[in-house]
Amino acid sequence: MSEPNMDGAQALIKTLDSLGIEYIFGYSGGAALPIFDALETVDSNIKFVLSRHEQGACHMADGYARATGKPAVVLVTSGPGAGNTITGIMTAQMDSVPMIIITGQQVTWMLGKDAFQEADIFGITMPVVKHNMLVRETNALPKAAREAYHIATTGRPGPVLIDVPKDISQSPFTGDLEPEIDLPGYTPEVAFDLDPGALDAAAELISHSSRPVILAGHGAMIARAEPELMEFATTLGCPVTNTLLGKGVFPETHELALGMLGMHGTAYANKAMCECDLIINVGSRFDDRIIGQADKFGAEAKIVHIDIDPSEMNKMIRPDVEVIGDAKAALTALNKKVAPLDTAGWRATLDGYKKKFPLGYRKQGGLRMQQVLDELYNLTGGRAVVTTDVGQHQMWAAQFYRTDAPYNWLSSGGAGTMGFGFPAAIGAQFGRPDDIVVAVVGDGGYQMTLCELATAALHRLPVKVLVLNNHYLGMVRQWQELFFDNRESGVDLDGNPDFVKLAEAYGVKGFNIKRPADVGRVLQKALDYNEGPCVINAECVKTENVFPMIPAGAALEDMLIEPPKHKMAKPVGST
Amino acid sequence: MSRQILTTDSKLPPQPDILGGHTLSMLVNNQPGVLMRICQIFARRAYNLDSVVVSRGRDPRFSRLTLGISGDPAGLDQIIKQCAKLVDVIHCYEHDELDSVTKELTLIKILCAPAERGEILQILEHFNAKTVDLTDTSVIAMVHGDSDKVDAAVRLLSKFDIVETVRTGKVVMARGEAAT
Repeated sequence: MSEPNMDGAQALIKTLDSLGIEYIFGYSGGAALPIFDALETVDSNIKFVLSRHEQGACHMADGYARATGKPAVVLVTSGPGAGNTITGIMTAQMDSVPMIIITGQQVTWMLGKDAFQEADIFGITMPVVKHNMLVRETNALPKAAREAYHIATTGRPGPVLIDVPKDISQSPFTGDLEPEIDLPGYTPEVAFDLDPGALDAAAELISHSSRPVILAGHGAMIARAEPELMEFATTLGCPVTNTLLGKGVFPETHELALGMLGMHGTAYANKAMCECDLIINVGSRFDDRIIGQADKFGAEAKIVHIDIDPSEMNKMIRPDVEVIGDAKAALTALNKKVAPLDTAGWRATLDGYKKKFPLGYRKQGGLRMQQVLDELYNLTGGRAVVTTDVGQHQMWAAQFYRTDAPYNWLSSGGAGTMGFGFPAAIGAQFGRPDDIVVAVVGDGGYQMTLCELATAALHRLPVKVLVLNNHYLGMVRQWQELFFDNRESGVDLDGNPDFVKLAEAYGVKGFNIKRPADVGRVLQKALDYNEGPCVINAECVKTENVFPMIPAGAALEDMLIEPPKHKMAKPVGST
Repeated sequence: MSRQILTTDSKLPPQPDILGGHTLSMLVNNQPGVLMRICQIFARRAYNLDSVVVSRGRDPRFSRLTLGISGDPAGLDQIIKQCAKLVDVIHCYEHDELDSVTKELTLIKILCAPAERGEILQILEHFNAKTVDLTDTSVIAMVHGDSDKVDAAVRLLSKFDIVETVRTGKVVMARGEAAT
């Protein structure tokens, strides 16, 4: 029941506290004043972290959620404050990350009148959220928060936004703090009600396969299906490839692991996809980065697609068997139905590819990003929580920082958001204070959100920011080199600051790596420094390209394992 | 006859049904913004909504939404699933003429002298339609029923000076005990 003299904002904070919310990341402002005041007046376990930009707050909540599996809350004001969250919300939506965003709003009687800092954030965010709501009744706030939490964290997770007009948050609350949620159109529990016919059909296809591949995606991780996936793969003797977001759901160092597939995946993973007779997709949405030319993908193979979201079926690829439901439940059921397969010949073929087409890099002619990542992997024993930005450094990190455990690889996949890595690392470090957290970023993306150095410094978070600096937007430059006659346009980051001096201006420790011989020594110093954040600026070769590469929209068999000798046609797919 | 009414109505006879039988019926939460969420799904995938009928349900928590759609039939299955996935959508079903009854109502404004009225009324009587407004210079006819029937009535009336037609769009209900 409500307490005397409580207002809506206090009821909202009490509700978030009772839901177990540990962190609110945000930025204050006029329309959110009552809610910020409630953070001071309500006795709760919630800790508030002030970011330096609302996008950073979203990525912090995102990183926290990806690193812990638990949602965090973003709290911002109306208008520009809410508008600055869009990229962060979109990033979470594209990668199915739970998040609750609370935006302050103008008072209800001013809505639609172009009032100060009024933006129709309910309308603006509709295409980039799992769900959103505009609360028009003070007593409805606890129900809105409970429904938002439920929607964000169940089924296929995603961001849910609650827009709270100022008069709603500051009016007296006289309602129920623990109302029943009422969502007749939302039934995530059906994910555990699997179709036995589909499971039998999947088991039947599996029993006839001699060249199977498991494609493990983020959905398997969200379902916490690692043990079931391990049992499934080892029982069958089935090789496993993973998506970018699936890194860690199956240990990439396991003998059955093929590593990441797709545009910049390993040659052997992509060859396995081309030559297999069965693809068992566990929780991946057949993203365009991994299938290339859709009509040629798995053309010779049978396909089993396990996904919690029915709308992913037939979206990109038409499977032979659709298993709609939770990945853990589906694999648990399938493990009772399958028997070992004779895959010795198939595995020998793939092991041959592993030997013939290993990931590698040149160790002469300057410092390469791959070497820095390779040494980081060795020095941390592969146990760090790694976040990345987007671009060449991200793909090399995915290739060279093999991930063996879930929730240790945090990267913006679907949205491809530059500026994600550093704030996501801050959120991850708040959620996992005892783990090593490394933000692997490029010099481009880092500059989009580096104002959060203040946030990291203030909280003395031992986040390591590894800036792989080539003074270029390297991935775009690579495309211009390969497909646009090497005409560089809008990619030269001439004018970069001295990242070490900049760090020092924030009171943050800085390191430089200038030569290949320095890498191990400097990285070790940075890893040993735990009094607060540190920035490691690694001056890398400017014009290195990422391979293997499948040009966008091309078939997997058209993969370039090394730089092409002839001029390339412009890719048919986008980006 | 001098025309008093600005109109966008076409002199062309009604086109054959381009919907190809694609009629979706949804039960949705009766809340602001629900129609917007649904429309975004169609617009993003280049589907045009030919008709939209929304009405509050007997249970005021819900509304009934009937959509007539044109666009690539191959992508429709995906769109139905995307709509069904919305938290505010209780269910989304596609119906065709075999499994459902589909009706619409049309108002037709005709400018006519009293001497022309006789034939107009004769046509309306044949279609079991009636006049709902009558002046010295105009008639509003109301035709309801299957879309084909409404089209036929408009076609026959086209020789008169039709200045406006307003159609409700299709409403659909599944036959027998099946849910709409």
